[in-house]
Amino acid sequence: MDGRASAMRPWLLLSPALATVTLLLVVPVMFILVYSFWLRTATGADTSGFHLDNWIEVLTDPFYRDILFKTLRIALVTTLFCIVLGYVPAYFIAMSRTGNKTLLLLLLILPFWISYIIRTMSWINILGASGGLNSLLLTLGIISEPMRLLYNEGSVILGLVHFLLPFMVLNVYVSLEAIDRNLLDAARSLGASDLQAFREVTLPLSMPGLAAGALLCFVLSAGTYITPVVLGGPRDAMFANLVFDAIITQLDWPLGSALSIVLLVVLGSVVLVYNRLVGVGQIAKSFG
Amino acid sequence: MSGWSIIRLFTIVVYGFMFLPVAIVVLLSFNSSQFGSFPMEGVSLRWFGELWNNDAIIRAFRVSFMLGALTAITSTVLGILAALALVRYRFPGKSVISTLMIAPILVPEVVLAVALLLFLRWLDMPKSFPLLLLGHVIFTLPFVLLVVQARLVGIRRDYEEAALSLGANPVQTFFTITLPLLMPAVLAGLLFAFTISFDDITGTMFWKPGGVETVPTQIFAMLRNSISPEINALGTVMIVLTVALPLIGMALARRMAARLR
Repeated sequence: MDGRASAMRPWLLLSPALATVTLLLVVPVMFILVYSFWLRTATGADTSGFHLDNWIEVLTDPFYRDILFKTLRIALVTTLFCIVLGYVPAYFIAMSRTGNKTLLLLLLILPFWISYIIRTMSWINILGASGGLNSLLLTLGIISEPMRLLYNEGSVILGLVHFLLPFMVLNVYVSLEAIDRNLLDAARSLGASDLQAFREVTLPLSMPGLAAGALLCFVLSAGTYITPVVLGGPRDAMFANLVFDAIITQLDWPLGSALSIVLLVVLGSVVLVYNRLVGVGQIAKSFG
Repeated sequence: MSGWSIIRLFTIVVYGFMFLPVAIVVLLSFNSSQFGSFPMEGVSLRWFGELWNNDAIIRAFRVSFMLGALTAITSTVLGILAALALVRYRFPGKSVISTLMIAPILVPEVVLAVALLLFLRWLDMPKSFPLLLLGHVIFTLPFVLLVVQARLVGIRRDYEEAALSLGANPVQTFFTITLPLLMPAVLAGLLFAFTISFDDITGTMFWKPGGVETVPTQIFAMLRNSISPEINALGTVMIVLTVALPLIGMALARRMAARLR
């Protein structure tokens, strides 16, 4: 075999995927960076050039800043809920010695396959004015008027937690499953209580999975616009809703580009910090 | 109560939280009442019949199936080739390229959607089915790549080297040795890409041409009015499809893996 031909082979194999990612992701992202300096004109075609107008608007108008902070706050609260609600079941499945482990695992992966829009709208059946919860409480006579449970920040966070929890459980489970059980036996035989063994051995060793799950929950919730539309009220718009409105509703593509770049930079820096601390390779482990 | 039983109780509660809303969608889809809410007035299949006669929904299913199938095939072919390069060869810049390949997962989908839309519009490509397809390929590719890579690492090189030393060329070796061993991951990748594409709404809302709906965007549009029993019925159909398909796929993959062993 010719040495040069075999050196070419990996590039030949890579080229279709590499071209796809370059032409459909890398170049377009650079393109919207350039586009964000263009100007929208009333006549239709946007004028190219180097104008700071969009950036001055995005960076100085408190409207955008407030929604950005609100988006990050919602993402943070969602992530904290996912950590608390996700760690315990992952721990239960990983440590359980019953034969039902496969079934439990299957149930854990199942929500991944159930449509996001269905899972989001399913909460309307429960929290709506004539939904399950209100009907139940009315029938029992606990309340006399339906409560307004939907279309507020709380219902948005609830929907996001429901959507993202499987990501957390799966990532934590993968790192818990990889822990050498002998370490726990060793800790106990050296006199550690169950709680101490958990705190000193299990918890630190499961940190990479917890961090990977938290990253996914944070980034995915901060980038959503569907959940706030379905479960939120008019005042619950998140940052991605601004992007959608600018691009699709107002057709202000230069402004939409600038807003997209802001979202990319903010969430990208979260990913970079995570990469320094843990490494993005951790996320790939859930696919093994 | 011991610590372990508290953990078990908590786990049961979380599973309830995960599955209760979905169960209620299925339950209400059989409600004979006019309104998509409680109380249940009787059991009927009426809303499934309405679905079947709703042209918009049938059209949306057709678009979604076509899109999902083409996305799955394209992503899986690209993913297998790239996985072979990344697992079987050593070359300069490999770690940078590995990261680049999973970048579509790391970039927020809204940003990816805007970037692709604006770039291709600038190149005068209209909002169209091919644009939807390109978009779906780019964000399913990393998932397929990760699944195939994980399996390929576990396939011993000796088999391939044996074939090569017996005179097979690399292409023959791939089709007679590597691909059959890789089949479970290929099927998993196809299914994974299909389901992600079938379920996508975030990017699709940006890319779809006016008048074309996929099943999720159709549901989204129907939600604008109010929640009708028809949406619950559609939800039930989606749940059955997206849960049954992977389960059948997994069973097939397991059987194939068992036969190869």
